[in-house]
Amino acid sequence: MPSRRYSAFALARHAVSPDLPWPRAWRSPEPKKSYDVVIIGGGGHGLATAYYLAKNHGIKNVAVVERSYIGSGNVGRNTTLIRSNYVIDGNTQFFEHSLKLWEGLSHDLNFNCMVSQRGQIVLAVSPGQLDTFARRGNIMRLNGIDAEILDRGEVIKLLPYLDYSKDARFPIWGGILQQRAGTVRHDAVAWGYARAADMHGIDIIENCEVTGFVIEDGKATGIETSRGRINAGRLGIAVAGHTSHVARLAGLRVPVESHILQAFVTEPVKPMVHHVISWGAELFYLSQSDKGGMVFGGHIDGFNTYTQRGQFPKIQSVAECAVSLLPFMSRLRLLRHWGGIMDMAPDGSPFICRTPIGNLYLNGGWCYQGFKATPASGWTFAHTIANDSEHELNRCYALDRFEKGGELDDYGIGNWTYKQ
Amino acid sequence: MRIPCPHCGERDVSEFRYGGDATKKRPAHGTGDLKAWHDFYFLFDNPKGPHLEYWQHVLGCRQWFRLERNTATNEIGEAS
Repeated sequence: MPSRRYSAFALARHAVSPDLPWPRAWRSPEPKKSYDVVIIGGGGHGLATAYYLAKNHGIKNVAVVERSYIGSGNVGRNTTLIRSNYVIDGNTQFFEHSLKLWEGLSHDLNFNCMVSQRGQIVLAVSPGQLDTFARRGNIMRLNGIDAEILDRGEVIKLLPYLDYSKDARFPIWGGILQQRAGTVRHDAVAWGYARAADMHGIDIIENCEVTGFVIEDGKATGIETSRGRINAGRLGIAVAGHTSHVARLAGLRVPVESHILQAFVTEPVKPMVHHVISWGAELFYLSQSDKGGMVFGGHIDGFNTYTQRGQFPKIQSVAECAVSLLPFMSRLRLLRHWGGIMDMAPDGSPFICRTPIGNLYLNGGWCYQGFKATPASGWTFAHTIANDSEHELNRCYALDRFEKGGELDDYGIGNWTYKQ
Repeated sequence: MRIPCPHCGERDVSEFRYGGDATKKRPAHGTGDLKAWHDFYFLFDNPKGPHLEYWQHVLGCRQWFRLERNTATNEIGEAS
């Protein structure tokens, strides 16, 4: 069998022998009776966890079970942004670790994830807000993360197409730039992790829905699935969006409510927006894809739902944000919009942790930040499963942090899942 | 999605504000049991299916009411 590695040489070999088929990126195995570790959920986080279990901990007798197909869930439903501009200790270091993993990911996975560090600018709409951004920038720089404060003139130079008129409802005072932030092609992340995990011998089992847990003496020993029972030494849940639903099968009640977050893309136009832009007046973020479409999003719709269909009022309010910040957006047509189901936690921060049930581990509660966290989430979740203990980077993401006063409310919103 | 306000009749969802699970029972006033308060504030049943929840007709009569809604389909039931 020829090497499955992608390289310039492989490309040349296939170019001169067009009959030579490219090998499947990952196998489609029947589930075995038993594995050392079973990960529930074949999204970005589950696949990354399986990959780092093999790569960092040498645990290769692993299965990832996925209810649908790889790439069907939130890993393909986000706005593809990566950044590490968090304020609260615990979040700051975790997301910076994730950004560092993103920076080497394409080489690590032997798969081009099209990591584009085009820079993110968050715009301040008042002098007070610019002060809070300066504080955020100082915290980032104290943690070795790049951050630059921009005044209004510098923002005008970088983003000349924003509304700087006297009539602008929210005048732009400046911004904070993280040059290393950017975008990643999200499908490639799912495919790259799936292929790299498969090359370590990990079984990726698609169209396999978990219907129950086998729990003996307070320890999880396996799962019941639509394709039969699978025994497992250790079990990880990574099904954000459906965390409550799956955790309930194991008898757990979790601090999560499921909400819909919509995203939008316009028809493609010539290159114009070179950065990721976020707005200080409302939760609004926009970048231009390599195909030319403006990809943007805003808040969750605001009520709990498992339907992946968004409501019209939110489309309108996000479009209003777009037009008031970037007037040219009024002349573009919306090409597509879609919704993904988020785990909203009461403090807006995730869980990567042990659970009250032995050998059962939880990864969820990702709110708005699941995609950018993917590599560090898998990296730390693999550590937690392999060692039955949290890594320094995810010790703050415990399930019982609300009992112990350990909320990580980065935006200071308070205990409201639907306002995070 | 349209919601039947018990006061004003059926209106668009944009006039309303979601207020969380209406089946939760607030611990008795003065209860010192932190576990009871934690479970009340921080844990959610979050079912995929029928859900009884609070809404407020915030851009209308401003009345709070309970609404039955299926979270798997957004099908609306009774408001009371």
